[in-house]
Amino acid sequence: MKFSLGWLKEHLDTAASAAEISARLNAIGLEVEGLENPADRLAGFTVARVISAERHPNADKLQVLSVDAGDGKPLQVVCGAPNARAGMIGVLGTPGAIVPGGGFELKVSAIRGVESNGMMCSVRELELGDEHDGILELPADAPVGMAFADYQGSDPVFDISITPNRQDCMGVRGIARDLAAAGLGTLRPLAEVYRMTALEPASGTGPAPDVATLDPHGCPAFYAQAISGVTNGTAPEWMRSKLASIGQKPISMLVDITNFISVDLGRPLHVYDRAKLAGPLVARRAKDGEQVETLNGKTYTLDATMTVIADDAMVHDIGGIMGGAHSGVSPETTEVLIECAYFDPEHIARTGQKLALTSDARQRFERGVDPAFLDDGLAIATWLVLEHCGGTASAITRAGRPPLEPRVVSYDTGLCERLGGITVAADEQRAILERLGFSVGADWSVTVPTWRRDIDGPPDLVEEVVRIHGLGNVASVALPRADGVARPTATPAQKLERKLRRAAAARGLNEAVTWSFLPEADAAQFADGTLRQAQGERSGLWLLQNPISEDMKAMRPSLLPGLLSAVARNLDRGAAGLRLFELGRRYLRGDAGRSDERLTLGVVLAGENIPRGWDSGKAATFGAFDAKAEALALLAEAGVPTGSLQVAGEAGDQFHPGQSATLRLGPKTVLARFGMLHPAVLKHFDIAVPVAAVELFLDAIPARKAASFARAAYAPPALQAVTRDFAFLVDASLPAGDLVRAVRFADKANIVGARLFDDFRGAGVPEGQKSLAIEVTLQPGDKSFNEAELKAIAERVTAAAAKLGAVLRG
Amino acid sequence: MIEESTLPALAEIECAATLEALEALRVGTLGKSGSITTLVKTLGAMSDEERRTKGPLIHAIRTTVADAITARKAALEGAALAEQLARDTLDLTLPAADRPRGSIHPVSQVMDELAEIFADLGFAVATGPEIEDDWHNFTALNIPESHPARAMHDTFYFPESDLAQGGKTGPEGGRMLLRTHTSPVQIRSMLEHGAPLRIIAPGRVYRSDSDATHTPMFHQVEGLVIDKGIHLGHLKWTLETFLKAFFEREDIVLRLRPSYFPFTEPSVEVDVGFALVNGKRVLGGSGDAPGHGWMELLGSGMVGRTVIAAGGLDPDVWQGFAFGVGVDRLAMLKYGMDDLRAFFDGDVRWLAHYGFSPFDVPTLSAGVGTAA
Repeated sequence: MKFSLGWLKEHLDTAASAAEISARLNAIGLEVEGLENPADRLAGFTVARVISAERHPNADKLQVLSVDAGDGKPLQVVCGAPNARAGMIGVLGTPGAIVPGGGFELKVSAIRGVESNGMMCSVRELELGDEHDGILELPADAPVGMAFADYQGSDPVFDISITPNRQDCMGVRGIARDLAAAGLGTLRPLAEVYRMTALEPASGTGPAPDVATLDPHGCPAFYAQAISGVTNGTAPEWMRSKLASIGQKPISMLVDITNFISVDLGRPLHVYDRAKLAGPLVARRAKDGEQVETLNGKTYTLDATMTVIADDAMVHDIGGIMGGAHSGVSPETTEVLIECAYFDPEHIARTGQKLALTSDARQRFERGVDPAFLDDGLAIATWLVLEHCGGTASAITRAGRPPLEPRVVSYDTGLCERLGGITVAADEQRAILERLGFSVGADWSVTVPTWRRDIDGPPDLVEEVVRIHGLGNVASVALPRADGVARPTATPAQKLERKLRRAAAARGLNEAVTWSFLPEADAAQFADGTLRQAQGERSGLWLLQNPISEDMKAMRPSLLPGLLSAVARNLDRGAAGLRLFELGRRYLRGDAGRSDERLTLGVVLAGENIPRGWDSGKAATFGAFDAKAEALALLAEAGVPTGSLQVAGEAGDQFHPGQSATLRLGPKTVLARFGMLHPAVLKHFDIAVPVAAVELFLDAIPARKAASFARAAYAPPALQAVTRDFAFLVDASLPAGDLVRAVRFADKANIVGARLFDDFRGAGVPEGQKSLAIEVTLQPGDKSFNEAELKAIAERVTAAAAKLGAVLRG
Repeated sequence: MIEESTLPALAEIECAATLEALEALRVGTLGKSGSITTLVKTLGAMSDEERRTKGPLIHAIRTTVADAITARKAALEGAALAEQLARDTLDLTLPAADRPRGSIHPVSQVMDELAEIFADLGFAVATGPEIEDDWHNFTALNIPESHPARAMHDTFYFPESDLAQGGKTGPEGGRMLLRTHTSPVQIRSMLEHGAPLRIIAPGRVYRSDSDATHTPMFHQVEGLVIDKGIHLGHLKWTLETFLKAFFEREDIVLRLRPSYFPFTEPSVEVDVGFALVNGKRVLGGSGDAPGHGWMELLGSGMVGRTVIAAGGLDPDVWQGFAFGVGVDRLAMLKYGMDDLRAFFDGDVRWLAHYGFSPFDVPTLSAGVGTAA
């Protein structure tokens, strides 16, 4: 919402400066987003007299002027304007000045061989209008040497942001009213502002126009007055300059009047060319499919939920939003009908949203205009038309009834302190409310002014009192501290998330935060598969209806695609090896149409693991075991007994079928998947290096039972552990992990560890078999093992291995 | 006689060039049939008197020779070790094997900082779904369907066919969307935990908006206090305490301005004062001071009665305040990044530069912030 200081002062009698007004506007909740003084842009421009004008020696269309800028030192200026002549007074821009209409800086220059020390400016160059046929000519008594900004007078323009609750401030008058309430001046009577003798409807002579409302919900009230014999000329200077100051183009008297009243009073009106209407004008619901061409030149197709103003022939107005092109006024218009209606705010909002059509009228109606201002609005509009366009007014038709039921709030002045935290004397509260237009009963029943649709309860009144009294006066009060031992404020899941994030970074991984939404094709790569079903998850991507672009359409079903895109970008920038992780949600479908958002940790290890080195030789790329190491290390940090995990099952279609697996706790609970990604997936993401990946499903990690701080009792064994090596021949297809587990648990009393240290195929090992060597750690209890005991343990190990077809190598 | 047999031996020991030569000398003197052993053996055949006079002398000779051998052996071994070490010299300007450094993303770091600060004030961390229904995101927060604020939110919607609960609106859900703010967690927390309540709810939020300073996804943290007798003064204190702790500056000055949010009444916009130092905004001091200004930082207010009721609480008994602030924005103000879009790009160079060591865990005792 824009308005100039001069415009505001039409309503507000104040001596305050623009800066003071700006500060007070901010303080009362009318946020000043901009305060611009057009005079600031006219620095370096001076009122100057042309002393002489000679033909340019080298150019027919140019003249060489001698200009007096008031300092007694005539300046030579080359000028192309046909109206430049000796004796005229204009505006001189001197070197260093920036031309507002062109944005360029003036410099001393040579034009066709003649030095020019500035520029005589046109109206357009000074951004005072469009005229550019010649230089601006000022009256003969304009004081030569005066800064043009001072001559022109300065009228700073405010740009304030109006919150959706304050329709009353979508007019300059409402802002003036708020400022007056805040003690920054007095509000002038409206009749005085419009130079009317009294704020009364024009007494009409002709018959009242035939209008009606057939849609009491969408358009509860439709007031109208006709005026005959008008001349739709140019609006008066005071109106045009005000509209121009806020960037609105003057169009014609009748249009400017409605625009002016809309900005000045927050009251939208519509003026019809009555000659273009056929029969009575009614507010009614549109018919499905009915069309109207509006003033913005577009055609809209309407439906039965929308309210329109129509005659017998066609729709002339999308009620409260935008008028129709057919019956709009033109310079030839002589017969007009002024509509001053009340449209239901919710109704307007829905229609506007459906049509994706915004307008100044919609903005005001959907926030709720003053339902008690129909008569006054119409009176002012008619007054202005009669004053400036002539003609005779008809009687007024008042169809329907605006919603005028007064709202009364019973208020307790103590609430100001209880909710607002500030003590304001009852008298002052009453005075503030009354200055804002509330009427306050002796029993503190407060009647809300008709223009304050947003007020509906005591807290609203507290807000009014506090904002006018000054929020700056609210003192800080410490929140009471809870007694007793502080409880942790993070849940176990949150603690786990924090710990894993730092564990991953401590392992050398860089945390990334990537978009929650992906291109559908990227998401689809990770959408389905056997893994999902194994986890009992519902399939189907969440797809946005109105994505910002197709690249941000599908909610990620996995953290890997987003990380892979980041990998691709980094590789493009020349990175050789990448270790990225992200800890965030993946989005699945839950019960009853809800979302199922599961915390996940994704890791990608791409390209070089170890760069070529003086001691390590050639660069080494990441492999599946790097992914396995990360998965196990992070699960261990999460408190998972990694020794009991099974490496099994398919990790999913996105992974290399032979170099990936899941980590399961029991047959069903998949805690993680890891391995090399499938080359087809990498190709989809334009990645040309191998990528190992891990996905940790944090939601699947079993919660640890609440335990006390004390650990289980433990004393390091007195006797040293001993190790024994076993080498077995097994079928080449036997998973080594199976053999290690068999050995590890062959003698639970004595074996505390089993570690595979060799996997060999080739010379000495029969075709189709492999040799696996395992180091077994034995822990003696009270006394050392004797030979017989060691032999018995070895036999148990061999027997357990034999169940898997393993044969001890001799 | 004794000097004659000893002195040459001592000289030879001093001159022994190798451990082998020294060993030969040892065998020749102290060995089983060595010259000095032989001399010692002569003691057995002597008379008591002769032994009394010669004995100490012979033993002294043996000790002198033995000590000389030990000393020479140590010297030779030392020289050999020094020679060995000289051969084993490494060029230590060669690079050591690189253990990569990981990093924590600034958004995570700042969220941990916030959790730490608010834990001290008794706030727990709450969460809610990002794929929300319009009841929790709008209606329960006093933003009915036709409310202009709903249009202002630039909401991402899911198709009507995704309607939760077959289209019912209410706590069970309606039209599905991406939450436009963290405020629905207010409703969920009240419904789940009742009152009194002190929570912060950090998380991702979404607006259909993309330009130099807006991304369609960003992070917010919501704060909510519901209790008896909570008023605007408590809100002001809480925000001051939080921002002073976060920026670790005692001179943070806030300016409260009346504003409007459908879910709070009164609503308060909070500005923070800054100084312009070399063209950069440095928080601290009053924005009204010369060379200073005010920066819009966050929105807040007293929770509206209808919102408290939607949270299943009696607004005649419970009242409180809520606030919402951009986490990415806080990170940028504190740590000096100037491009929001870079937060979500995953450029390792950026992550390494602006990220944090995993061991920079924000704690109150060490200061929640990490110096550059």
